[in-house]
Amino acid sequence: MAFKMAFRPKLIKPRRTAHLFLIPVVMFGFGYLMVPIYNVFCDLTGLNGKTGSISVSQANEFEIDVQRLVKVEFLSVLNQQAPWKFDPQVSSMLVNPGKPYTTHYIATNQLGREMVGQAIPSVAPSKAAAYFKKTECFCFSQQKFEANELKQMPITFVIDPALPDDINTVSLSYTLFDVNSRIN
Amino acid sequence: MNAYATHADDHHDHHGPAPGLMRWVTTTNHKDIGTLYLWFAFIMFFIGGFMALIIRTELFQPGLQIVDPHFFNQMTTLHALVMIFGVIMPAFVGLANWMLPMMVGAPDMALPRMNNWSFWILPFGFAMMLSTLFMEGGAPAAGWTLYPPLSLQTGDALPFIIFSIHLLGISSIMGAINIIATIMNLRAPGMTFMKMPLFVWTWFITAYLLIAVMPVLAGAVTMLLTDKFFGTSFFDAAGGGDPVMFQHIFWFFGHPEVYILILPSFGLVSEIIPTFSRKRLFGYSSMVYATASIAFLSFIVWAHHMFTVGMPLIGELFFMFSTMLIAVPTGVKVFNWVSTMWRGSLTFETPMLFALGFVVMFTIGGFSGLMLAMTPIDFQYHDTYFVVAHFHYVLVPGAVFGIIGGVYYWLPKWTGNRYNEGLGKWHFWLSTIFVNILFFPMHFLGLAGMPRRIPDYAVQFTDFNQIATIGAFGFGFSQILFLILVVKCIRGGEKATDRVWEGARGLEWTLSSPPPYHTFSVQPVIK
Ligand code: HEM
Ligand SMILES: [Cu+2]
Repeated sequence: MAFKMAFRPKLIKPRRTAHLFLIPVVMFGFGYLMVPIYNVFCDLTGLNGKTGSISVSQANEFEIDVQRLVKVEFLSVLNQQAPWKFDPQVSSMLVNPGKPYTTHYIATNQLGREMVGQAIPSVAPSKAAAYFKKTECFCFSQQKFEANELKQMPITFVIDPALPDDINTVSLSYTLFDVNSRIN
Repeated sequence: MNAYATHADDHHDHHGPAPGLMRWVTTTNHKDIGTLYLWFAFIMFFIGGFMALIIRTELFQPGLQIVDPHFFNQMTTLHALVMIFGVIMPAFVGLANWMLPMMVGAPDMALPRMNNWSFWILPFGFAMMLSTLFMEGGAPAAGWTLYPPLSLQTGDALPFIIFSIHLLGISSIMGAINIIATIMNLRAPGMTFMKMPLFVWTWFITAYLLIAVMPVLAGAVTMLLTDKFFGTSFFDAAGGGDPVMFQHIFWFFGHPEVYILILPSFGLVSEIIPTFSRKRLFGYSSMVYATASIAFLSFIVWAHHMFTVGMPLIGELFFMFSTMLIAVPTGVKVFNWVSTMWRGSLTFETPMLFALGFVVMFTIGGFSGLMLAMTPIDFQYHDTYFVVAHFHYVLVPGAVFGIIGGVYYWLPKWTGNRYNEGLGKWHFWLSTIFVNILFFPMHFLGLAGMPRRIPDYAVQFTDFNQIATIGAFGFGFSQILFLILVVKCIRGGEKATDRVWEGARGLEWTLSSPPPYHTFSVQPVIK
């Protein structure tokens, strides 16, 4: 190859590959899109045990199934070393599907200063989650505790009479999180 | 497309490389960049290997001996990240840089400047990653999978590890785009898709996997970052998020990623076996379709890593069967490699030995994968050394042996010198014997219930752990032979012919050994 004729061959114009750069951009978005997809999917299927809320009037529209008794178990969990004492008032109840019930969870702030907690519910078996409805729950909002305060926190729930026949026991568990750091 | 071949460019009138060290910094030449990638991977291989030896030394005896548990966890985390992103992926990209243009008859990679960038981002990414070892709170220690909430307890290192993952992701996405653009646009006339060598095919498919899933990983770690520092709660249950969602997003990336780590090795083995069998590859088109279906299926099996998180039965069944389905195209490939050898006139030079080792030992890893794919069985094996044995069989005597075989195969072409065949055989046999001493006992440990990522263990596991540690040191030190061999081969040796191997086919062998700095300035025509 003669000196002047030596050449670095022209490759392609970068612009011609623009569409290839689009794929990663779209897929980055897709990663984020998985978040709402996941949540909708879980809501529809009740998969991660997330429970639904309904209004009081809706709750009163259910037909009460007096023939059937379902056992509802109440559990409490403290996340990490959250500084509360946290227990259900009763450990279980026998309930008729379609009828609203109220019970309480009791939490005591064991620190000498103000604390904010957030309870997150979960229902097992996950198949039952979609049929477990609450009209009132302390988990709907963050709970503020004064120093050493004891709080009785109500929950009103109703089990949808459409609950599949093979489910006789439903466990409701609350995990109480310390969310002070989230607020600051 | 002939226009590329004849178009003159006024700026660069070089016949050869620029003199001095700046050559390596500013180079846009695919061979230079390939060399950089390969050396980078080789250095990282020793760094990651050193970390593995720390792990194995600690595990030589029950109880805590040389490191504290937190540092042990930093080692398992960094070892994995270094080996995946610093060794196997850069080595593949290095081989692609060197060979793809020569195999498809192109003068260079399609986007040479970006090529320079994709390499030079890597050392910065890894400098950042390794610097976390010296930070307050230590390097990340939650495992390479970075599951929250544990990973969110990382100290000062968290943003650094996340940014370094971003950098590595950007580097590999750019590398992948370059590969796709080269294959789509710069093939020589007559090189139709179904005439492309299999290494080109497997890389083509891998590159699509890369640009599809690396951004998803980037998204997942960005969510970790905002969860920690900007008050979002993607994975924080207290704020309405869900840590299990991280696992879904991560494994949506993670499973295709494990195929990113193996498909190019499939291609390498598919180049090597026909050469030393002196036959054409058996079932070429089925190989292409098998690779494509593996890539496709890899998107719908991710939750086999999560069987124990509490999925509904239907989900477990779906992911169990879809995972097992992957064994079908994988089996097709193994069948084709064996059939290629059937009635061939085989010789067993070092590249062929590594390829054969690959076929046998990758298959062992495939079988343990099938065992793990069975949901009820995985409940027992999950997070035990059985999983460690599985993925090390597919990754070390699998992916890494493929790479080493590829290096032996093309080393005479790159350097113009034949390597020392005797030393190569020693390297193969020592590696093979020790890799099995290292990883085979881990199956038994896992079956007996030894959990992974724990620096201590019950005394009844001692024997197998000691055997594994001996294997680890043997395997590690055997790799020094490889380093010596490569350096000696670059320095000199018996001159290699252009064809190098008697049974070699393909465009790269029509070039001189070593090939000139610029090749195929005029495109060859394939008939
Ligand atoms: C026949 C094909 C394969 C099947 C059926 C299979 C199946 C599985 C399953 C079910 C697991 C999850 C085990 C658990 O955590 O309980 C797993 C883990 C893993 N597999 Fe495979 N696998 C296959 C091939 C591969 C290949 C080719 C690679 C990479 C080259 C690979 C790399 C991995 C890795 C890295 C993990 C562990 C990830 C972690 O938890 O850190 N597998 N495999
Ligand atoms: Cu997988």
